[in-house]
Amino acid sequence: MSELSVNHLLGIKYITKADIDLIFETADHFKEVINRPIKKVPSLRDITIANLFFENSTRTKLSFELAEKRLSADVINFSAGASSVKKGETLIDTVNNILSMKVDMVVMRHPNPGAGVFLSKNIKASIVNAGDGAHEHPTQALLDSYSITKKLGEVAGKKVVIVGDILHSRVALSNIYALKHLGAEVKVCGPKTLMPKYIESLGVEVELNLRKALEWCDVANMLRVQNERMDISYFPSTREYTQQYGLDKELLDSLDKEIVVMHPGPINRGVEITSDVADSGQSIILNQVENGVAIRMAVIYLLASKIKQQ
Amino acid sequence: MSQKVLLNAKEINIILNRLACQLIENHKDFKDTVLIGIQPRGIYVAERIKKLLETDYQIPEIKLGYLDITFFRDDFRRSDKPLEANKTKINFVVEDKNVVFIDDVLYTGRSINAALTAVQSFGRPKNVELFTLIDRRFSRHLPIQPNYRGRQVDAINEEKVLVKWVENGGEDVVYLVNK
Repeated sequence: MSELSVNHLLGIKYITKADIDLIFETADHFKEVINRPIKKVPSLRDITIANLFFENSTRTKLSFELAEKRLSADVINFSAGASSVKKGETLIDTVNNILSMKVDMVVMRHPNPGAGVFLSKNIKASIVNAGDGAHEHPTQALLDSYSITKKLGEVAGKKVVIVGDILHSRVALSNIYALKHLGAEVKVCGPKTLMPKYIESLGVEVELNLRKALEWCDVANMLRVQNERMDISYFPSTREYTQQYGLDKELLDSLDKEIVVMHPGPINRGVEITSDVADSGQSIILNQVENGVAIRMAVIYLLASKIKQQ
Repeated sequence: MSQKVLLNAKEINIILNRLACQLIENHKDFKDTVLIGIQPRGIYVAERIKKLLETDYQIPEIKLGYLDITFFRDDFRRSDKPLEANKTKINFVVEDKNVVFIDDVLYTGRSINAALTAVQSFGRPKNVELFTLIDRRFSRHLPIQPNYRGRQVDAINEEKVLVKWVENGGEDVVYLVNK
């Protein structure tokens, strides 16, 4: 096993295919560990990790915390709602105060794009980006590609369509980078108003018709409409969005092949995906969650191994 | 770098046969005994012993697993080289069983210390024994001794004991290498 080429995981954009392969290989070992009767290893017993969540999260926060605890790291949690951020403290001050408590690694979610990159240039600690605005969400993209690998054998050559609110989605951007690194063909599908202007420069094709996109693909990754990030109205009504871009059982069954359905969560049941699709045999949504813990253990383990003993 | 042969193929075969007989003396039909090869190099010795017991001594269904100790090692972030993990494969119950750890070389004892912690993730064994082809005397960091010992070797720290097998691309031979 070699080492990661980076000291922080700020985005998929900054890592190589070799890094992704190494993370997947390490995640395989941790997947075996978390299926043992005792699901814990002592590797990180001298590492302290701060989970700084300046934005709400359920799945990602729990998944990171579980991954850290399964590696025996000491964990402290911080949520912006209940902190001095409300009193006007700057990001660097907040984080430096936390680091004075001898923290080795920071897992951060922040509403501003580039917050992780900014922090990595200003503080001494390993940073894992757990989502920065509409920019990147690297561990989600890694676990999505890993889940495709586990389901279909490999990512290379597979056709993946990302459906929904591409404009506001950090999951979409990170996924595009990861899938391209691994050699997949990628299309994005959604209303034109929710397509970023220069999306084609990333080497992906835009498809505005959901049925055509689904007929083309092997995997459909259904994204949530991010109402909280929308300052204006991007489509006439939720009902119309669902009719145009919602995936239901009828549409899924009318395809002449069996495609894999993914969703990064949280699901708006009945909007982008119906319950019977989300809970069907073609959906790997819960596998994604399980793989998420193994992937995050691998990322944290590999980054921690680069923090030298003082 | 110079190297001298400590054991040749014939000597290794004689030793493995002796150790297999010692195992049979203590474990009879292996009904409540499981063998665990320590990754990465212990698995070759362990596979040989399993084959010997099953074919030459007609003991059926020997249970053999592989245990990787990477995530339990005490030198994480202390060694210059990144630690390399291997596959753990234990498809049987360890709880209340006689466990025999099998490794090629016993040196400082730290790997076995890690293995003792690692195996507890799979249950509480009745007891644990240690089987090693080569025992490097006077080099232990921990109070760990083998129950089944192939050959005892006096080697200084600058020397390395290298065990090769037909299975990993070579011949059965044990070298003492001067680094």
